[in-house]
Amino acid sequence: MSTDAALAAPADRGGPAQPLLRVSGLKKRFTVRGGGIFAAKLTLRAVDDVAFEIAKGETLAMVGESGCGKSTTARLIARLIEPDAGELVFDGEAVGRFGGMALKEFRRNLQMVFQDSFASLNPRLSLLDAVAYGPRMHGLSDTAARARAGALLDRVGLAPAQFGARYPHELSGGQRQRVNIARALAFEPRLVILDEAVAALDKSVQAQVLNLLQELKAERGLTYLFISHDLQVVRYLADRVLVMYLGRVVEIGPVERLYGAARHPYTQALLLAVPSMNPARRTERSPLSGDPPNPIDPPSGCRFRDRCSHAAEVCALVEPVLRESAPAHWAACHLDDPSSGHPEARTE
Amino acid sequence: MLGYLLRRLLYALPIALGVTLVSFTLVYIAPGDPLNAIAPADAPADVIESLKVTYGLDRPMPVRYALWLVRALHGDLGASIASGRSVASEVMGAVGNTMILASAAAAVGVTLGCVLGALAGYFSRSWIDRFASALSVVGVSVPHYWLGLVLTIVFSIRLDWLPAMGAGGSGEWTWDEEHLRHLVLPAATLAVIPMGIITRTVRALVAETLNQEFVVALRARGLGGFAIFRHVARNVAPTVLAVGGLQVGYLMGGSILVETVFAWPGTGFLLNTAIFQRDIPLLQGTLLVLCLIFVALNLVVDVVQPWLDPRMARA
Amino acid sequence: MPEIARARQGYWRGVGRALRRDPVSVVSGAVVVLIVALALLAPWLAPADPYKASMLRRLLPIGSDGFLLGTDELGRDMVSRLMYGGRLSLVMGVLPVLLAFVIGTSVGLFAGYVGGRWNMAIMRVLDVFYAFPSVLLAVAVSGALGPGMSNSMIALTLVFVPQIVRVAESVTTQVRRLDYIDAARMSGAGTASIIRVHVLGNVLGPVFVYVTGLVSVCMILASGLSFLGLGVKPPEPEWGLMLNTLRSAIYLNPGVAALPGAMIFVTSIAFNLLADGVRSAMDIRR
Repeated sequence: MSTDAALAAPADRGGPAQPLLRVSGLKKRFTVRGGGIFAAKLTLRAVDDVAFEIAKGETLAMVGESGCGKSTTARLIARLIEPDAGELVFDGEAVGRFGGMALKEFRRNLQMVFQDSFASLNPRLSLLDAVAYGPRMHGLSDTAARARAGALLDRVGLAPAQFGARYPHELSGGQRQRVNIARALAFEPRLVILDEAVAALDKSVQAQVLNLLQELKAERGLTYLFISHDLQVVRYLADRVLVMYLGRVVEIGPVERLYGAARHPYTQALLLAVPSMNPARRTERSPLSGDPPNPIDPPSGCRFRDRCSHAAEVCALVEPVLRESAPAHWAACHLDDPSSGHPEARTE
Repeated sequence: MLGYLLRRLLYALPIALGVTLVSFTLVYIAPGDPLNAIAPADAPADVIESLKVTYGLDRPMPVRYALWLVRALHGDLGASIASGRSVASEVMGAVGNTMILASAAAAVGVTLGCVLGALAGYFSRSWIDRFASALSVVGVSVPHYWLGLVLTIVFSIRLDWLPAMGAGGSGEWTWDEEHLRHLVLPAATLAVIPMGIITRTVRALVAETLNQEFVVALRARGLGGFAIFRHVARNVAPTVLAVGGLQVGYLMGGSILVETVFAWPGTGFLLNTAIFQRDIPLLQGTLLVLCLIFVALNLVVDVVQPWLDPRMARA
Repeated sequence: MPEIARARQGYWRGVGRALRRDPVSVVSGAVVVLIVALALLAPWLAPADPYKASMLRRLLPIGSDGFLLGTDELGRDMVSRLMYGGRLSLVMGVLPVLLAFVIGTSVGLFAGYVGGRWNMAIMRVLDVFYAFPSVLLAVAVSGALGPGMSNSMIALTLVFVPQIVRVAESVTTQVRRLDYIDAARMSGAGTASIIRVHVLGNVLGPVFVYVTGLVSVCMILASGLSFLGLGVKPPEPEWGLMLNTLRSAIYLNPGVAALPGAMIFVTSIAFNLLADGVRSAMDIRR
């Protein structure tokens, strides 16, 4: 009985050079009610023209402060929220377009692990049922779904005989996240979005879960989009890093290049803020000044300029665009662009 | 704050409008011709026709509603079919009596509830607590119309201390001994409802407040007694006022049973008469006034509460 | 897998155990069972015909020969009347709540899950009904529809539906925001399946807890309607109606006159205490 025929691992279509996911022009606006009684509807541009690619088999990390739009971007990609504009191309096929990939099929290829491990699990479903739910929805028989769920629970380190019948409230946070990972893997996805998946865990538990994620990635040829604000974890896990600020991408690049020689002042500031074991790298002044500005009313020109120590006149007038200033290293900053007119700009 | 007030007011208007709509149309949901209540069955055709015109029953429903509403806004609620008197005057007379009854009952019930609830919360898990909680359950579970009968039996019939029916004397209400004696039993009966609810609410709030770290900090600093009482009172008062205010409204609308038992000449009694005599204008008018009072009271509570307790202030 | 079935049973067995350990719940549960049993078995247990009147034997006091609880104003045996009366009173107290539970939860689920304009429309309409105090609404609707048992039950259902919808919508909205709903959506499941598997189970609990407290209120209201003459019609025995017809007898035979109300009181308290007990028991386990 080919029980797994209904849920066979999806095939690689485009070949290794084809990016697994290409996002372009992604926009999402929320209307927010302002203060006062004749409330003018204000627009919050949560995600403002975001574009990037994820290559097959890599781990792309998305970093930025709270409210920069990382989680919204993730949910837009997962189509949990409808984007206002933008296109998704998965392994060469446009998603949701006529002639491209249907949404349901896309959902099989893409899964997500959320930050709140407790809210991610239905308190009334046993762990086995929770993991088996998805496969059942995709046509697998009850027994086959349960069998697959059991195997997955086993793989993430929770013996099904012991844990299968348990309920979420009986587990620790780390164990619950493992269940969430198992559930995500039940579809044999190719891309897994991890939205601050380890942020709520203790450091020691974090390490275990991260190791598990690495192993699974190698075993199953997965691609990860890892969203986090923890730069140390990102350094350990990621191949490339994407930095977001106020709904826009400000820098993308390979991890070591970014951590060694970041081009955007915001990235530099973030890296400086990371506590270091090296006494020579002690910070005295806070690298970032001021509070994050109001996303409803961002500054003109470069959005970062009122917190940037290198801000110049041109920064208020012209908004910098993402430029590839080094191989595979993009930054959106006038400092990085020799033709921008910034007094401190790099010379080529 | 002003914005909140205005918004709340604006929000109450469609509700009030909806209330008028329901009050008007409710009488027509029964099967059968409303004319049957007004005219005798064997009346000649032209009499029926003229009655129809008099009561506006020859026009379509929306027109009738609009006319009724416009007149109501001017204070004219039509004339009672049974008595011929102006509905507005009958209702307003009755409203006063019901308000007295409801306020008295609310005052007694809320006060008693606060005392019992505070004691229960303070001496949590002791016999006082259990006693007060038992009283609270009784208050919420007892059929108050039955309680009225029982109290009548005990205090009026057996002991002859208090009168069994009516509001004492005829005509206007005055705050004299005769009237007050008539007020005691109905108010006491009606008071058990708010008593039960307030006891439970206050008990929970007091117990919760006393457990707060603030109180422990006060005690650690050597302050006790009065300071703690003031802190508890400040936390509990807004909710009590809110619930109490709502209870007054609820009692005003729900007093019909007690008023029937004690023949108290209030709106409930009026409503009872209107229903059984199928007196449509009286029914619509009484319903309208009672519900608008309830809506107004809700509005007042909603507006006053965030002012008293900033935590409750909504955007 | 057998372990999962056992785990589910385990929760309810735990609730049952918690209930059994609470003396108040046990006693009130026993009282409820007793009253229901007496009502159900009335045709076999009642000593006399509840409709058989006798002008000679009017208003006999409690403890009379052959009439343990006396007779009413038409000479009918009170014991039998009370037992038979329980049937109508209980039905009128429970059925509207049950109906309102089903209707209210469905509407609330829909409004809460769908959100947006539908939600606003439904809740605003309900707000109008919420603007009526329950007693007033019950009396007004019942009065408008006319006396009769089914009319009263319709009126009572109408009174409770808005309250239940409010609770159901509120819980559904909270549940809807949780991540596991998003995870379920990501699994490609249809809306109906998501509601059935993930939302319904988590909403029914809190709504059920709320509804258990409504039974006693409904009983009192239902009997109140009969007391006003709007519910059950004579000569049917029903506690509220009996209280009404025996009213004039409070001067002659107050004991008998007060009996029907005492039954309402006892039943109502028993339901209330049992509901409180069930609430605490369900709380501990979660």
